[in-house]
Amino acid sequence: MNRRDSLKAIGLTALTTTVLLEACKQPATDTAAATTKTEKEAGREQWETERDEKLKSETFFTKHEMATITVLANIIIPKDGVSGSASDAKVPEFIEFIVKDMPEHQIPMRGGLKWLDIQCFNRYEKPFVEASTKEQISIVDEIAYPKKAKPEMQAGVSFFNRMRSLTASGFYTTEMGVKDIGYVGNVPNQWPGVPDDVLKQYGMENVKV
Amino acid sequence: MSDFQIKKSSTVYDAIIVGSGAGGGMAAYVLANAGQKVLMLEAGQYFDPRIDAQQMKWPWESPRRGAGTTRPFGDFDASYGGWQLDGEPYTTKDKTEFEWFRSRMLGGRTNHWGRISLRMGPIDFKPTDGLTDPWPITYADVKPFYDKVDRMIGIYGTAEGIENEPDGIFMKPPKPRLNELFIKKGAEKAGVRVITGRGAVMTEEIKGNKDRAPCFYCGQCGRSCKVYGDFSSSSCLVIPAVNTGNLTVITDAMVREVITDKDGTAKGVSYVNRKDLQEYQVNAKLVILGASACESARILLNSKSSQHPNGLANNSGVVGKYLHDSTGASVSGFLPQLLDRKRYNEDGVGSVHIYSPWWLDNKKLDFPRGYHIEYGGGMRMPSYGFGGGVSTMNGMVPDRNGKMKEAGGYGASLKDDYRRFYGTGVGMAGRGTAIAREDNYCEIDPNVVDRFGIPVLRFHYKWAKEEILQAKHMQETFLSIMKEMDAVVTSKIEGPETNYGLEAPGKIIHEVGTIRMGDDPKKSALNKYCQAHDCKNLFVVDAGPFVQQGDKNATWTILALAMRTAEYILAEKKKQNI
Repeated sequence: MNRRDSLKAIGLTALTTTVLLEACKQPATDTAAATTKTEKEAGREQWETERDEKLKSETFFTKHEMATITVLANIIIPKDGVSGSASDAKVPEFIEFIVKDMPEHQIPMRGGLKWLDIQCFNRYEKPFVEASTKEQISIVDEIAYPKKAKPEMQAGVSFFNRMRSLTASGFYTTEMGVKDIGYVGNVPNQWPGVPDDVLKQYGMENVKV
Repeated sequence: MSDFQIKKSSTVYDAIIVGSGAGGGMAAYVLANAGQKVLMLEAGQYFDPRIDAQQMKWPWESPRRGAGTTRPFGDFDASYGGWQLDGEPYTTKDKTEFEWFRSRMLGGRTNHWGRISLRMGPIDFKPTDGLTDPWPITYADVKPFYDKVDRMIGIYGTAEGIENEPDGIFMKPPKPRLNELFIKKGAEKAGVRVITGRGAVMTEEIKGNKDRAPCFYCGQCGRSCKVYGDFSSSSCLVIPAVNTGNLTVITDAMVREVITDKDGTAKGVSYVNRKDLQEYQVNAKLVILGASACESARILLNSKSSQHPNGLANNSGVVGKYLHDSTGASVSGFLPQLLDRKRYNEDGVGSVHIYSPWWLDNKKLDFPRGYHIEYGGGMRMPSYGFGGGVSTMNGMVPDRNGKMKEAGGYGASLKDDYRRFYGTGVGMAGRGTAIAREDNYCEIDPNVVDRFGIPVLRFHYKWAKEEILQAKHMQETFLSIMKEMDAVVTSKIEGPETNYGLEAPGKIIHEVGTIRMGDDPKKSALNKYCQAHDCKNLFVVDAGPFVQQGDKNATWTILALAMRTAEYILAEKKKQNI
């Protein structure tokens, strides 16, 4: 296989897939292709595809919970000069999926959201989403810094840690987030080693392995 | 009338091979290319990296963003399997632990492995400390096969002339990444040798091989390769063997046992189809097991007959015993020097660019044998878990204005920290020699069967002081390298309460030794050609025959031994000995 063909092989267009299918002889098997409800996805087991579809068809968070998640996610990752906000990158939708995928997030997330609303209600007599930005930030400030948070805010700290991790996971794994962080790989290329200006910057010109 | 029946095929193959991983694949390749009519049974489903690899997918193409919910090494990892398989349990005994990773697919675990390809050395085959039994073969016996595997499959590296880390026939290696240059400098200050990695990735074309293309540096070998640029048994051995017209592969064929004749010779294999649960029996002149060290031991122990009351090839009683994985422990952190680093593509290859072969003299140490070190870090593709440590790390070093700030945060300043810390990560992991012990074993659990009715394995495995002291040494070494390179450690400092971070047995997925070879039929199951002492037309080509693994990852040795066994089979057939 030459380089042009190999580049073709990693493309996933209908045309190249057909070429590849023809190019690769399938070994004989005694097993007849099973008839299945969902179409077989290349490289995934049937049960994985079915599980994904089932999870996507379910709803975990209520509208109110989703609204709270959206506000919090945008506090954690707001729009700035480089990229959009968490909700621009559909982070709340990702969080909705991931708590169904990893049920261990469900109680801490649901309970944490409730904890936040109660805190907010006790202080400002309204749920978190209805509080002013200033009021919201006053609570977030008490749970966003684990080392200096008061002991009575620990439950909030645990919740915010989780929320912050899920928001970062959800944001930096989107096209917007990958561009923001500056990951420029995942393309066919050559690896000539560390660029000269970078070697020089770190005084590594003479380090050889 | 009962529906139960066993479908018996009248075809008699030259050989049946059970399993399509490194060993089974190599045996099939050699035999099929020599004109033998071979049947391969694979317990999992069909997998061709060209079609099925998740290579080049972006994190957003996975709803869980590459997380390991359904696949332990992530959504894009080329493994249909994991530590637990639905309906296929295993058990442990006496409160000991063992983790067993199985991939149910063509090519088995070679589709997702790290491609780190190290030869065992002269001392690994013939240990000089007397602690474990010597192999019945020497490095010189295996060297020609390592050489042939190098040429056939392709491996990069550099010739270093280290006695127990034998050089191979190497393609050009990838250059080190930036964090690896820091590692090199720091490790040398800590007295640890660092050399170029050795990986089964084609960095150059292989003359005459039109099916495979050289690496294009996406760093995703774990997802398997659509251009066959790295070694998977599926792409490099089984599919080419099928193309000779001499190999038939049956997938979803879960083997129950090897069937023997009245005279005790193997005559075939019985299996159940995993999808429709139909029972089959197939016949051949010889049977080759390559189902993995533990799965092959399970098949042998389940193959009881009046001729082989203790299980097949088990007159010695050693089948299942001397099970050993590699040891493993690790440390991770970040390099503050790399904060706000320049962005460029440093994906490189998916195997290691650098590593540290064992460098010390045991006479000065409180534990036997040794370990090598694998290193990681750099500007990797984001996936689930990205940035998880940033809200801790941002409280560990001064900000751009030289001021310490409170760990945690949110908003514009946190968003800036994610950028600032990206690509600063650095980590290292040891992979060491665990001693092969009779008392670490797998056996048939008399009480438990899997969903096919096949009795399952029960494990008994305990680390001893040799392994624990080795892990302690790893921790001390890693912390000293981290210190010398001015890195900040973020992983937990492991002490005696956790055996110094020593991973549970099985976790490194290098398990070997359950069907050991040897010259003495009373102490070994196989002769030095991996042929059963008690059953001349039965061979084992996975990591079962290993007497004692060095600190070298097992795959290259499995390939070399399987090739040697297949050539021995051809030679014996010519002499009409089998």
